[in-house]
Amino acid sequence: MEQKLMALSGNEAVAYAFKQARPHVASAFPITPQTEMMHKYAEFVANGEIDTEMILVESEHSAMSAAVGSAAAGARTFTATSSAGFALMWEIVYITASLRLPICMALVNRALSGNINIHCDHSDSMGGRDAGWIQLFSENAQEAYDNAVMSWRIGEHKDVRLPVMTTYDGFIISHTADSLHMLPDDAAYKFIGPYKPGYTLLDVENPITVGPLDLTDYYFEHKADQLAAYDKAAEIVGKVSEEYGELTGRHYGFCEEYKLDDADLVMVILGSSAGTAKDVIDEYRNKGVKVGLLKVRMFRPFPASYIAAKLAGRKAVAVLDRSASFGGFGGPVFTEIRSAMYGQQVPVHGYIYGLGGRDFDLKQVATVIEDLQKVASGGAFEDINLLGVRS
Amino acid sequence: MAVNLKTLAHNENLLTGGHRACAGCTGANILRQLMLTAGPDTVVGSATGCMEVVTTIFPYTAWKTSFIHSAFENSAATVSGVETAYRALKKRGELPVEREKINFIAIGGDGGTYDIGLQSLSGAMERGHNMLYVCYDNEAYMNTGIQRSGATPLGAHTSTAPAGTVKQGKEQNRKDLTSIMVAHNIPYVAQTTPYHWRDLATKVEKALAVDGPAFINILMPCPVGWHFDTAIGQDLAREAVESNFWPLFEVEDGVYKVNHKPKDPTPMTVWMEKQGRFKHLFRPGNEHLLEASQQWVDLQWKRLLRLEESTNG
Repeated sequence: MEQKLMALSGNEAVAYAFKQARPHVASAFPITPQTEMMHKYAEFVANGEIDTEMILVESEHSAMSAAVGSAAAGARTFTATSSAGFALMWEIVYITASLRLPICMALVNRALSGNINIHCDHSDSMGGRDAGWIQLFSENAQEAYDNAVMSWRIGEHKDVRLPVMTTYDGFIISHTADSLHMLPDDAAYKFIGPYKPGYTLLDVENPITVGPLDLTDYYFEHKADQLAAYDKAAEIVGKVSEEYGELTGRHYGFCEEYKLDDADLVMVILGSSAGTAKDVIDEYRNKGVKVGLLKVRMFRPFPASYIAAKLAGRKAVAVLDRSASFGGFGGPVFTEIRSAMYGQQVPVHGYIYGLGGRDFDLKQVATVIEDLQKVASGGAFEDINLLGVRS
Repeated sequence: MAVNLKTLAHNENLLTGGHRACAGCTGANILRQLMLTAGPDTVVGSATGCMEVVTTIFPYTAWKTSFIHSAFENSAATVSGVETAYRALKKRGELPVEREKINFIAIGGDGGTYDIGLQSLSGAMERGHNMLYVCYDNEAYMNTGIQRSGATPLGAHTSTAPAGTVKQGKEQNRKDLTSIMVAHNIPYVAQTTPYHWRDLATKVEKALAVDGPAFINILMPCPVGWHFDTAIGQDLAREAVESNFWPLFEVEDGVYKVNHKPKDPTPMTVWMEKQGRFKHLFRPGNEHLLEASQQWVDLQWKRLLRLEESTNG
């Protein structure tokens, strides 16, 4: 497939990806660093490039609520937010998934308050990890674009019907110009296809009740059905990625592996930091250190057995979390991976880094690799470590 | 527009019996009257609250039209999404069934409207969606156990502002939400009660006919929260109007019309003494609270008449 090489910021790239799905409705409320994505989209609408109806609401809570109404009415719907905006949506974020409404959202990662901070970390998406959305993380503008295009196909699949958030790092990806290949509009829409809702409020000849009171006699069964949907969702993520790979030449899976095959030492990372880590891994490879990277792309549903198999038999694993779980045992990614590795004799250590946009630099990666070497040669090590913070 | 009882009575009852509203609940009357007028080509969205809880206990629903409930504070935002989806799909010729018009109605109690849902309501009204918001105002959070709300009147006993040895119920007057809605400069705003069925039906008809947002505030006597005999709910709705506590009026494009002016308004005490929530106000020493209630109602009524006069000049 012939694709156009573009220079775009992550926000612009995702705006294009959403436009290519020809959504009926978008709801939006401003919050940095997501704003620019909706600015771009509003420009498309103002210039007649797309006829999406925009609901410019008075809060993120209403942005997600309006999206729920729109999706339940059978319209292809998206929204976007960051940080505190996502936190304000929280209640409805759960409802969206429970009502099985395949809304797409760009979550441009930013630290949660307080203190207020506009820069990147993953505390916003990690706080919503149990809400029932599919979460796809992105390393760069290309991957953010690709995830956003695929998100429609995944969420709207008749066996999935779940909302999908494409996450990408605030400023680092959202505001940085990057080069990427983009599908022509027609080809993208052909891949995504039209939205075919199962039921809609607007079919007044066949009225439905959405969101009833669900008590002790049925609620649990409904939750059991919902739980089962995530196994199916993982399967569909795999299939859609495969099809997308054939179309674009860009092959994605649950995770991306970088020099992982023969690696004794493995770093696990999400998002833009993977790019930084790859550079330093190259340096250490040149020195003969067998280090590799497992970049988790799909954090929800969490591909536990897939990751456990990838990490089996390694000499040491370092899991890097760009968010803290206050009072918990390490960051959320660490906790999942430690748990997935149960029964394996592979030492897994956790690092918390980059909170509030603290730069993740080459030195920090080098520190982790050197720590991994110490662990591999039998050195004792803390379970949870802070990286790049002044003491 | 003339509302005819014969026609209304022959319309399909779109809120079926078998819902689980309390004995003597006037909220179910409000919904039935609303839906008799709105008709089947209607989508209803409700805030969490009494009427949502009693009509949709899974696996049953009392709604014969499409219905959506999402949360407490967002029925206006949710319905604004439904209405926008309708316009977007219609524009592309993709509606599942062709209809010249579909009514979009958001409902909420006073808690979900005056208080937690006020921002969502204000936003939806300001954005100009073609939707009607109906507040069933029973003057407290009845669904959660009769806690005070912004709509609870002065002196009323509630579970969070109870009458005790030191305190005498709610210490503030109620919020005037209808005026707040008028201040949004939307095409249609009105107040009514379920006792005044013809007034209610006419107002719903007008509200659904305007191009843009409309708001109707409907007083809903609640036997559980107001503590009265289940037989007299409708009488209390009538008496609330006759005492000028809850005037029937409408505001069309900014012009006020008071639909009923009691020739000889009954004192507030006549209405209040039938309700257990005001019982403590009739104890010696609390006369000033009864006076304050009357003064407040008189002031609001005068203000309303002045608004009618000034906007019809």
